[in-house]
Amino acid sequence: MIAFRNVFLSLLLLATIASAIALVYAIQQSRLAFIELSKLGNERDDLNFEFGRLQLEQATWAENNRIEQIARGRLAMVSPNAAATVVIKR
Amino acid sequence: MSSANPRIKPANARTRLYVVLCMLGLASSALVVRAVDLQVVRKDFYQEQGDARYLRDLAIPVSRGTIFDRNGEPLAVSTPVESIWANPSEVLEHADRIGELAKATGLDEDALKQKLIERSDKEFIYLKRHLNPDDAQAILKLDIPGIASQREFKRYYPSGEVIAHVLGYTNIDDRGQEGLELAFDDWLAGKPGVKRVIRDRMGHEVENVELVRDAQPGRDLTVSIDRRIQYLAYRELKAALAEHHASSGSMVILDVPTGEILAMVNQPSFNPNARTNVDPSYRRNRAVTDVVEPGSTMKAFTISAALESGKWKPHTPVDTTPGSLTLAGGWTTHDVHNKGLIDVTGVITYSSNVGAAKIALTMTRDHMWDVYHRFGLGEVTGSGFPGESPGFLPIAKAWGPVEQATIAYGYGLNVTPLQLAQGYATIANNGRLRSPTFVKGAQNPDRAVIDPEIAAQMRKMLETVIVPPGGATKAQVRNYVVAGKTGTSRTAAGGGYNKKYVSLFAGMIPSSAPRLVGVVVIHDPQGAYYGALVAAPVFGKVMEDAVRLLDISPDNVQNWYTAAPDTGHTVRTGRQAPDGPVDMSNVDDGVPEE
Repeated sequence: MIAFRNVFLSLLLLATIASAIALVYAIQQSRLAFIELSKLGNERDDLNFEFGRLQLEQATWAENNRIEQIARGRLAMVSPNAAATVVIKR
Repeated sequence: MSSANPRIKPANARTRLYVVLCMLGLASSALVVRAVDLQVVRKDFYQEQGDARYLRDLAIPVSRGTIFDRNGEPLAVSTPVESIWANPSEVLEHADRIGELAKATGLDEDALKQKLIERSDKEFIYLKRHLNPDDAQAILKLDIPGIASQREFKRYYPSGEVIAHVLGYTNIDDRGQEGLELAFDDWLAGKPGVKRVIRDRMGHEVENVELVRDAQPGRDLTVSIDRRIQYLAYRELKAALAEHHASSGSMVILDVPTGEILAMVNQPSFNPNARTNVDPSYRRNRAVTDVVEPGSTMKAFTISAALESGKWKPHTPVDTTPGSLTLAGGWTTHDVHNKGLIDVTGVITYSSNVGAAKIALTMTRDHMWDVYHRFGLGEVTGSGFPGESPGFLPIAKAWGPVEQATIAYGYGLNVTPLQLAQGYATIANNGRLRSPTFVKGAQNPDRAVIDPEIAAQMRKMLETVIVPPGGATKAQVRNYVVAGKTGTSRTAAGGGYNKKYVSLFAGMIPSSAPRLVGVVVIHDPQGAYYGALVAAPVFGKVMEDAVRLLDISPDNVQNWYTAAPDTGHTVRTGRQAPDGPVDMSNVDDGVPEE
């Protein structure tokens, strides 16, 4: 009876120590994962910002006024008039 | 006490012992009490105070959502910038470096020092906001104690003043202040996250403790505006204002099948990228916030009411002789030219005030009010734009015969350009009213407000305005049939009408199955002021390119193939804009004379 109690107590003791170590380990893992998450989050944000900047740049180059000036001025392009319009039947 | 009594001595010693023991006991229980007080009773307070010295809740900034046009072109984009901030007391400890700091940030040294001293009880002040990341890095490289940088977002509008009024703008904290930026602020802004970190005395983050709240980035918004058509409208409106030396103007283009606003421009405009102080009136989205008397454009709604009353058909004769009509009370309505005996269609074609007034006086004022109200006049359109004006439609009870007559041709009430577009879109949409919307693809049901037959008759009548003998030939678009109505009104000021005019045009294209409705309003043109000469040409020029961009088929395109079914066919129609001067006799809109 006493032997059984001792075994039981030492088992509990071991379990307690094991859970304590596991707890420390889990906290460490969670910190590492959090750092990883922050890093990836930052990377995602940076890529999004880069994308935004590129979109802005593209929108600036493709600004209608600029396109029109180049098309009409430098390339001497014109809108087709009605006589030059052919309607194609499909 | 002086004579020592040896018998008392032991008792004395015992008393001392008790006293000492008591003292020790008291002291230790005081310690225990104090310990319990610190560790148990006031634990929360001290824990909090301790945490406050090294635990920090930091905001995780999130970027504002991008606004796209209906084709996915970015209209408003937030990009990160750096803001330099300082801990004043820490900087002041190294006062010798303030000069260096002032030079790097471009601030005045004395002013900077003054500012730091004034705020020395604070831990955080901004020195310079919204720097580009490279410049901020250069300042941080100086490694001045107490100086750090923080990420913020700045909003850029690549289309600048072309779409400025619709989008509005944000303040320095990237919150919406005007326009759609304000209307959709919650949607666009997102929620900044919060993370808890441990910081050392120097303010460095030592450890991330936990994520208190996940950052929720702003959501993107796709608006109904088409950037290309918006630009066309902007270009033509601006050119028209310059040509006629007008003070301001607006143009609205609606997509009839969906009620979506494809373009909305105003002049004068402003650059939303610059936060300089511009005249606040330049920032108003006049197409939604400003009201105007609709003048003759109102006749489309009046004649719709007349057709609905059953007393009038498009060809019922109306005698407008002698070109003026005096009502009870001495108010006289004039036409610019006496057109004699015309029909109801002619009232629209020649924009006869006398005709409109005579027709109006055969109807009950309640019926007229009801029809106007069903067309959306006197109520906000439901577009959700901040600061939208409901216009003003007097209640029918307040109308005398004079009001009934003048409202019939567009005086004594006022509307926003967007309301006018909504009303014409109802005629274009077979009598079904649909609230205009700024969001692409939104659920937007319409409701029947007028008989489809009446709407079709109205379109036929409005077509006569655009071809001779109607005056608004400048609104024509080759190969397409346009229906529309011009208007000219005087601006009301100080209780009367002054010599300033408003030129209006409201129209739809292609008339047989309308896709687009456009409204042009130009204030205070100099020289020519009739809607047919000032506003109608803007409609014509914008729509000519808009129908091409949107691939809208010309009217009756099937009929062209009956002659030569297998060959490409050059489109020719009888409706070609005259190259010579416009016949001036029919461009007037019955502007009231005093």
